[in-house]
Amino acid sequence: MTGDLVWILVSAMLVNNFTLTLFLGLCPFFGVTSQVTTALRLGLANIFVLLLTAISAWFLNRYILPAAPFLRIISFIIVIASTVQVVEMAIKKASPVLFRALGIYLPLITTNCAILGLAIFQTNRGYGFLQGISFAIGAGLGLTLALTLMASIRVRVDRSNVPALARGMAIVLIIASSLSLAFMGFAGLGSSS
Amino acid sequence: MSAVLPEVRVAPPPIAAPPSGDPPTMDDLLRGLWAENPVLVQMLGLCPTLAVTNSVANSLAMGIATLAVLVCSSFLVSSLKRFIPTEVRIASYVLIIATFVTLADMSLEAVVPNVHKALGAFIALIVVNCMILGRAEAFASKHGPARAVLDALGMGIGFSMVLILLGAIRELLGNGTLLGVRMFSMNFEPWVIMVLPPGGFLTLGLVLLAVAYARDRRTSGAAARRAA
Amino acid sequence: MTLAHGATPPAGPPAGPPAVPPPPVPDAGTPSWRLLATLGGAGALAGLLLVTAWEWTTPTITANRARVEQAAVAEVLREPARVDTLYLENGALTRTPRGDAAKLERAYQGFDHAGVRVGVAIRGAEPGFSDVITVLIGFDPTTSQLLGMKVLGQKETPGLGDKIEKDSGFVGQFSEARAPLRAVKARGGQDLTEVATITGATISSRTVIRIINHAVERWQPLLVRFDREPGQ
Repeated sequence: MTGDLVWILVSAMLVNNFTLTLFLGLCPFFGVTSQVTTALRLGLANIFVLLLTAISAWFLNRYILPAAPFLRIISFIIVIASTVQVVEMAIKKASPVLFRALGIYLPLITTNCAILGLAIFQTNRGYGFLQGISFAIGAGLGLTLALTLMASIRVRVDRSNVPALARGMAIVLIIASSLSLAFMGFAGLGSSS
Repeated sequence: MSAVLPEVRVAPPPIAAPPSGDPPTMDDLLRGLWAENPVLVQMLGLCPTLAVTNSVANSLAMGIATLAVLVCSSFLVSSLKRFIPTEVRIASYVLIIATFVTLADMSLEAVVPNVHKALGAFIALIVVNCMILGRAEAFASKHGPARAVLDALGMGIGFSMVLILLGAIRELLGNGTLLGVRMFSMNFEPWVIMVLPPGGFLTLGLVLLAVAYARDRRTSGAAARRAA
Repeated sequence: MTLAHGATPPAGPPAGPPAVPPPPVPDAGTPSWRLLATLGGAGALAGLLLVTAWEWTTPTITANRARVEQAAVAEVLREPARVDTLYLENGALTRTPRGDAAKLERAYQGFDHAGVRVGVAIRGAEPGFSDVITVLIGFDPTTSQLLGMKVLGQKETPGLGDKIEKDSGFVGQFSEARAPLRAVKARGGQDLTEVATITGATISSRTVIRIINHAVERWQPLLVRFDREPGQ
């Protein structure tokens, strides 16, 4: 059982990184990564939201949705929106500095495909409570890792001589492609062959 | 900031009644195809753009599904805008979009199960496609149903076009086929990387590069013509 | 229909030394009951629409899924004349489960025209190179002889790992193999427990072999016990 949990975490974080392999959470990946500190903070906020979402999704799947499976998407999105609202209020109270630093990106976590994607993957794979938590932690760490890496690279690239045509999104995508390629090296990790 | 100026609660603006006879224009349709293309210009909806474009069939299916959801939700949002108070408008839009996405999900699974399996979770993820909520908020809630539908059609078709372009490039180079039909000789060694995640990022990056180049040439050509 | 709102035009700074800002003028806004009514109404409408669509599509969807499952079972059991479903309930196999059959794991018994059992189809899944690989095999519990193998789901590298599904040479080996399987680079020819891995897809191939071994280990004692005890 624990081997299972460890594989789930490692897989979500490295082998099937949510951003670089599963293409989830791209809006913040391209939008918030101009500074390393902001990227790191947003990543950590995401971990928190992901954890709460995983728990809520498990609860919904187990107790409420079997009676009405067609309400899955609606109930997930409602839960996510509420969770983000709660986290926003908590951060505002706990650290107004962080709240201002994150600004508009905090409510945008709601439309972050990674959160809903986590809930859906968790459902499709039939994860239990502990597996869901492991999945959320792995996904959150993977997201934070990808965000921080991208931010570190972009800060350097912004000071370099990028051709005018490539400036903006084109060069960021090409960087992302290299990062994704690097992460492909993790494939096979955790497979006990 | 609030030390000097009194903090004022500004009432939400009234939902503007569209000018009588808010006629749909061709621009509503054409805007989304190039000038305000959701992917190439507005950079919205990137998650499905990169994830499902490893084959033309998948791109087509996702494009059609997104178009359907976009048109239906824009129509409904525009028709019901008088009844939705501003405070709960985002929640209502999300509810409407989520309903249509669920309908699309169920229909796809019943009618084309293979496609549904290939697209997987990304059908449900249409609900967080910033493009749909963005259009509902920015356009459909402010204009009549006819214009909203045209705008949605334009955006949806523009989105699908980009998806199909990416899908074609990735499938052709990564698999040697287009829609499953072998295009190159048996000696062609497929560039497998193109159907893998890095290939997705790279293809979109290069397409954006090409678009920037095309724009650049057009503006410099226009400037040269003006100077002449 | 307009919104009732107490519109307060933005006021400039108060004359004299700016001191405590006046309290914000409350905006009447929309009455709460209307907000709730809108959301409630929208929710009810959405629910109605979805329930209708659900009733309409569920039969087709369940039928599709069953058909795909039955086709895979028929393939790994080499087109049996009749297929029987066994459910794993409380650690034992039974034909007639007491609980919800949809939630229980299953094994499928295949019989030929004479009513003799040709084999049992069982499923296994484990993480491979990229993601989880799901496999269905047909085997004879009494002899551990495999009848066939079908990959139900995999996300391995296209062109390399996905050969576990597409390479007929690899898949064909499982029609004559006997569990417990051993992975080898190349088969000697005589030993039926040997299975040759795919060049360039070692991990994926080994995962398939491991899945099969684990599945047989798990289901064989259950099936043997089921055969011995009459009347379930």
